[in-house]
Amino acid sequence: MRIEDIMRKNLVTASPATTIGEALLLLRLNRIRHLPILENEQLVGLVSDRDLRDALPSSLITRDDDDAILHKPVSEIMHTQVITAHPLEFIEDAAVQIYENKIGSLPVVEGTRLVGMITESDLFNSLIELFGVNKPSSHIEVEVDDRAGMLAEVSQVFRDAKVNVCSVVVYPGKKIGTKSLVFRVQTMDPRNLLHLLHERGFTVIGPTNGGVGS
Amino acid sequence: MSRQSRLIYSPEYTNYYFHDDHPFNQRRLLLTHDLLQAYQLLRDEDILTPRLATDEELELVHDPRYIQFVREQGETDEVLALAVGYGLGTEDVPCFRHMHEASSLIVGGTLQAVDAVMNGQAEHAFNPAGGLHHAFRGRASGFCIYNDCSVAIAYLRKHWNARVLYIDTDAHHGDGVQWAFYDDPNVLTVSLHETGKYLFPGTGNTTERGDGQGYGFSVNIPLDAYTEDDSFLEVYQKLIPKLVRGFQPDVILTQNGCDAHAYDPLTHLSCSMKVYQQIPRLAHEMAHTYCSGRWIAVGGGGYDIWRVVPRAWTLLWSEMSDQPLADDIEIPASWQEQWQPRSELILPSRLFDDPFPAIPRRAEITEKNRVTLERAILHAPIG
Repeated sequence: MRIEDIMRKNLVTASPATTIGEALLLLRLNRIRHLPILENEQLVGLVSDRDLRDALPSSLITRDDDDAILHKPVSEIMHTQVITAHPLEFIEDAAVQIYENKIGSLPVVEGTRLVGMITESDLFNSLIELFGVNKPSSHIEVEVDDRAGMLAEVSQVFRDAKVNVCSVVVYPGKKIGTKSLVFRVQTMDPRNLLHLLHERGFTVIGPTNGGVGS
Repeated sequence: MSRQSRLIYSPEYTNYYFHDDHPFNQRRLLLTHDLLQAYQLLRDEDILTPRLATDEELELVHDPRYIQFVREQGETDEVLALAVGYGLGTEDVPCFRHMHEASSLIVGGTLQAVDAVMNGQAEHAFNPAGGLHHAFRGRASGFCIYNDCSVAIAYLRKHWNARVLYIDTDAHHGDGVQWAFYDDPNVLTVSLHETGKYLFPGTGNTTERGDGQGYGFSVNIPLDAYTEDDSFLEVYQKLIPKLVRGFQPDVILTQNGCDAHAYDPLTHLSCSMKVYQQIPRLAHEMAHTYCSGRWIAVGGGGYDIWRVVPRAWTLLWSEMSDQPLADDIEIPASWQEQWQPRSELILPSRLFDDPFPAIPRRAEITEKNRVTLERAILHAPIG
């Protein structure tokens, strides 16, 4: 999946002259945490809700210059060295960028033009979709040896049982030399499938040994 | 003896039939009806024959194109090209002849139950064929084609502007109904089910609380596998009175799937017949205390059609119609004689189960369910 498939395209932006007070209001009204700053349609900076809060005095003291701060332009506090992404990169690349740089969002830039934003929440949402949690499905977990062809062998069983698979995730197994294959399948009655898996010698982790009640 | 209840029933309900090997089998209604008769709990005047729901009524919830497709698909033996996109022609929801009519009769039965209760003809009504809680606006899912629960709630909203409390105790999450009213603060959907960690449909987490105006008006209790009677009932009996007091419904609709039973082949909650005595008892009491008696019950899941469903829904009707059955009562011999030859399983000899062997880690599961309950009602209307 590419960044352009999941990025937000309806963007809230500001200019370097936007005041800190206006920027705070924009974030609050749109329930966002990152504001890209544009000048002549070029991305010139980024401010986050944390940058804005850092600029404000403590809420525990009152000072006469509070108002003055709110009227200062965001250009004085914005980050100008912005880490960006390209719309054709994969979403896992975006995840690596966000994770390694400990940041909350990536402006998506084509040439010098801002075309989208991608945030931690968007990546979480994609994770939910990748796991197939949002589709009505049953969860089947199979423990297999870590060697070539296992996924194909297990998949053959799903095919024989005529069950549609919504998602597959491969995890490292709990034991060395094993992998866990987790399928979400579109059926309310996985009995035949489970029977076939057992019959062909696969270890299925079910609620008996996978949940609390083991 | 109060005779304020109606059973919506017709043998034609069995026309909702996928195939011989499919776990959803409305033949269970014949077994239930016969068991009610054997216990002499049914009089002719208690029974209302279901009607067909009209397209206009189905469209309160369903997409007209979906209805049209179900109708066309039911007129042919071939699976049409678009079927899979509508969730039909799958292993779970295979196509069958006249599926539109068979499904509309189930929805019509639930609407008939609503009419009887809301027009004052009866205080309570039970449509055991209903409870098809997985169907979506434009898609069949989990053995369900049209969602009679959702249509009934929309019908209650439209004609009576009623505040509806929907209580779903099927072992599977009541996803179709929840999503249909997810942003509606006048419909409180409550689902107690086995956790979706392994079980279909996978949703029904405590964090699904509703959206927008309806935030807080979806309540989900995902119970751990091997919950058993005591923990199930503890959670249910703590939860429901709080929600009824907080939400102040005009009417209660209960979905009474009975697949949380230990014999059920699809689930792992390990409950006994005791829960099917206690679940309707509390709903009945709540309806009288807070809703002038207005209580509509529908069926739902239940895949041990021989040993579980007839007993569970007999208990529901016995509660609803104020005709209590003794805890040690036997199953009438006439019923056993009639049905045993057709069943591969040994039919039960008593209405209630002997205790099942205890599950290890019971204390831990009980504790976990308590924590789940606390989390689930964090933003719900409680009183």
